[in-house]
Amino acid sequence: STITAKLELKPPPYPLNALEPHMSQETLEYHWGKHHRGYVDNLNKQIIGTELDEMPLEDIIITTYNKGDILPPFNNAAQIWNHDFFWESMKPGGGGKPFGELLQLIERDFGSFEKFVEEFRSAASTQFGSGWAWLAYKANRLDVGNAENPRPSDEDKKLVVVKSPNAINPLVWDYSPLLTIDVWEHAYYLDFQIRRPDYISIFMEKLVSWEAVSSRLEIAKARATEREEEEKRKKEEKEVGNSDNQAVEMFVDSKSDDSETE
Amino acid sequence: GHVRGLQSFSLPELPYDYGALEPVISGEIMQLHHQKHHQTYITNYNKALEQLHQALAKADSPSIVQLQSAIKFNGGGHINHSIFWKNLAPIKEGGGEPSKASLGWAIDTQFGSLETLIQRVNAEGAALQGSGWVWLALDKELKKLSVQTTANQDPLVTKGSALVPLFGIDVWEHAYYLQYKNVKADYLKNIWKVINWKYVSEVYEKENP
Repeated sequence: STITAKLELKPPPYPLNALEPHMSQETLEYHWGKHHRGYVDNLNKQIIGTELDEMPLEDIIITTYNKGDILPPFNNAAQIWNHDFFWESMKPGGGGKPFGELLQLIERDFGSFEKFVEEFRSAASTQFGSGWAWLAYKANRLDVGNAENPRPSDEDKKLVVVKSPNAINPLVWDYSPLLTIDVWEHAYYLDFQIRRPDYISIFMEKLVSWEAVSSRLEIAKARATEREEEEKRKKEEKEVGNSDNQAVEMFVDSKSDDSETE
Repeated sequence: GHVRGLQSFSLPELPYDYGALEPVISGEIMQLHHQKHHQTYITNYNKALEQLHQALAKADSPSIVQLQSAIKFNGGGHINHSIFWKNLAPIKEGGGEPSKASLGWAIDTQFGSLETLIQRVNAEGAALQGSGWVWLALDKELKKLSVQTTANQDPLVTKGSALVPLFGIDVWEHAYYLQYKNVKADYLKNIWKVINWKYVSEVYEKENP
């Protein structure tokens, strides 16, 4: 018999009434208890017995995004990830200002914290229809088939504000998400009805966990550095391989591929 | 009305009271949906048209092109909601009563039965990701009915220039959330009790003489 890795519904890191009065318990009961749970139940049904079954959630997302030609499980998989990330983007008594290196980078890349807030608010309020707005750390390497992957220069590594429709998230563009707000109507309709701009303001002023955003930034930077070193190592190995004969080159390449996936 | 010589759009009146579709759709939903949501699409549509008017006068191509998404979204919102209000009727005014006219016959021939059409529409509506609309469309050239979906506020014409909307069901969450919450399927199941088949038949006969 095969063992299947059943995905579990992760609870928010606080009780469902903990964000009152800014986000009601009723909203959390439906948003987490029904919508988020629905995505988990539906994904488990979709992937049972398929090759996706034992993959980590992020790999399911990238695989089913399928370079933009989206496969059916994508919406559920990405929405599970987005909601986990959203709950952890907030905390009771949140809001205020970011601090430390995060604040420095925000000031460097947006001019000021206020300008960042303006840009984030604009992204969240102008997302037509359902979707998400994000603060993300972008340290792109272009993943182009046989081409040389140029290593990102320091200017490439920066904070960006982006919005995404429906279930799409910045993982599919190879960005590291740092903060998100859900602008599907179900996220705010019970508390704010049509007033999406008020919901966005309350989120920024009373709910954002800048601690969570800061620790995500640290992880994102470490990941970017790790990748750069890996690229450098691969390039060096390739150069060594080129000077040897064909058989050795193939051996080196496949070995480095293996270590990458572990 | 006119904004500096430019035709602007205003909110059409509902052909029934806000509470008249209860218990299928609550008066609270109808009022917010009509007075706030539809009005906002109109306000932003007029704003975008005014900006377009100015951009055209200045032959400002980047602005003209950039305004297209706001025009499509807000203009589409106005078109779609204007159709939607007319697609519905209170039960005591004949809402939900199937068409015995030529449309009823066309549905039976092309879908097998009204029940099959309803199942098809409900399945497409339930499967629609995010916000959008599900339509019963008439292809004027092929004289054929079909079920279509559009994303966000895209009007049906974006799916094909020969397509005429016979009716559209709004499956944005704002159309049902205060009453049905996450259970979109129940909203879709119930809305058939207030479909104005008389109006839908009239459109069909006009477009398919």
